[in-house]
Amino acid sequence: MTQTISVTINGKPYTHDVEPRLLLIHYLREVVGLTGSHIGCETSLCGACTVEVDGRAIKSCTMFAVQANGASILTVEGLADASGKMHRVQEGFWNEHGLQCGFCTPGMLMVSKQILDRNPSPTETEIREGLDGNLCRCTGYQHIVKAVQAAAKAGV
Amino acid sequence: MIPNTFEYTAPLTLKVALALIGEGGKPLAGGMSLIPMMKLRMAAPEHLVDIGRIAELNYIREAGGELHIGANATHYDVESSPLIVGKCPLLAETAGHIGDIQVRNRGTLGGSVAHADPSADYPAALQALEAKIVLTSATSQRTVAVGDFFIDTFTTSLEPGELVTEVIVPVEAGLTGTSYQKFLQPASGFAIVGVAARIRREAGKITVARIGVTGVSGNSYRALKAEAALVGKAGSDAEIDAAAALVGEGVEAGADLHASAEYRLHLAANYAERAIRVALSRTA
Ligand SMILES: Cc1cc2nc3c(=O)[nH]c(=O)nc-3n(C[C@H](O)[C@H](O)[C@H](O)COP(=O)(O)OP(=O)(O)OC[C@H]3O[C@@H](n4cnc5c(N)ncnc54)[C@H](O)[C@@H]3O)c2cc1C
Ligand code: FES
Ligand code: FES
Repeated sequence: MTQTISVTINGKPYTHDVEPRLLLIHYLREVVGLTGSHIGCETSLCGACTVEVDGRAIKSCTMFAVQANGASILTVEGLADASGKMHRVQEGFWNEHGLQCGFCTPGMLMVSKQILDRNPSPTETEIREGLDGNLCRCTGYQHIVKAVQAAAKAGV
Repeated sequence: MIPNTFEYTAPLTLKVALALIGEGGKPLAGGMSLIPMMKLRMAAPEHLVDIGRIAELNYIREAGGELHIGANATHYDVESSPLIVGKCPLLAETAGHIGDIQVRNRGTLGGSVAHADPSADYPAALQALEAKIVLTSATSQRTVAVGDFFIDTFTTSLEPGELVTEVIVPVEAGLTGTSYQKFLQPASGFAIVGVAARIRREAGKITVARIGVTGVSGNSYRALKAEAALVGKAGSDAEIDAAAALVGEGVEAGADLHASAEYRLHLAANYAERAIRVALSRTA
């Protein structure tokens, strides 16, 4: 049995009939067609699926699409502004080589945004703690931390 | 990683939710424990009642020298609420140790206590705070002391049809210092051992000591012998060590892949010592 949900994703309204057991990440990728958010582990551990729901970064593999009914969702595709100007976390990752293969990057960007939205000038320790729920198999995290620091600097 | 099919209802009022739960519906709060279990098909509820939209369960307020926290308060709400940070800092500090940002943004206080994971963080603080848990069903409401609420691994005194609706913690009086110290399992972030200390020192002497422990055995507990050893003392290093050594006394420690029983007890004493020391340093 399906249920009708209406959500706003990156500023655009969508309405779909979905099965209650459909995970938000599958909804975003397979129903809406926004494949920027990745599925790394599907077990709530890697953070590659991180998106914002009503301003809070969450792991979209651990939420049902029906739970997001009525919500405003921001995915990595919506980070840049309408003119295509990248968000400062994207600039930071670009300039500081905060990625190698890029698989973890969508989630890293979304959680980095949350870290800075809540704390505009975090210490290195606060950044590392903030990235706790996101795994990267390539960079060793050093450049990711630098990218967040650069983004923080760009924000002040 | 796709759960079984289920029916889903998201009531807006507590009354409707309690009626549905009374008929056998399974509560869904933040989903941070239940959804992973459903994906692994270790849980397959037929009817999920999403309590996440019930605004009446979402509050943090002070009344009668206590803080009343609605079950839907997320770990992030608890960690960042000025009222909790200011008046019950132990609970806020503990919330900040749970999982990661994303988990804290969704997981709830009510869901965590109802789930009663033996390595969850809140139980240590709630034991040290002598918290009370409010349980509500369609026909009744009762308030249970935390020591009577947690029974064993994943087992509480919740009856079928009941919801955790509120958690009550004391407003800390001056001269009380608190601290939560945790040794975590690095992959999951859960506590292998977590110790919460809450200590009041007046005129140079400890007058109240409460020590809550999680992770060591199947159930959280208060380390009564360690507490008793502190009362009346000034809090010297030797006195702290002697009290901390009693934290695992008489406890049947659990063993798993991550830590043997002996190691858990060793960690408990170590982390108790840290928690007591930091709590004392905050009594001023
Ligand atoms: C990656 C990850 C890391 C984590 N790390 C930690 C950690 O370090 N420390 C820690 O303590 N926890 C940790 N958790 C668990 C997390 O804290 C959960 O939020 C919590 O255990 C359950 O709360 P919830 O609101 O998500 O409940 P749900 O998952 O929605 O529900 C859990 C159970 O409680 C029942 N339930 C929910 N709400 C109520 C209610 N109000 N009344 C009665 N029954 C109810 C549900 O039916 C279900 O059986 C982690 C989780 C994840 C995914
Ligand atoms: S895919 Fe969601 S946390 Fe890994
Ligand atoms: S850049 Fe490859 S996983 Fe992070």
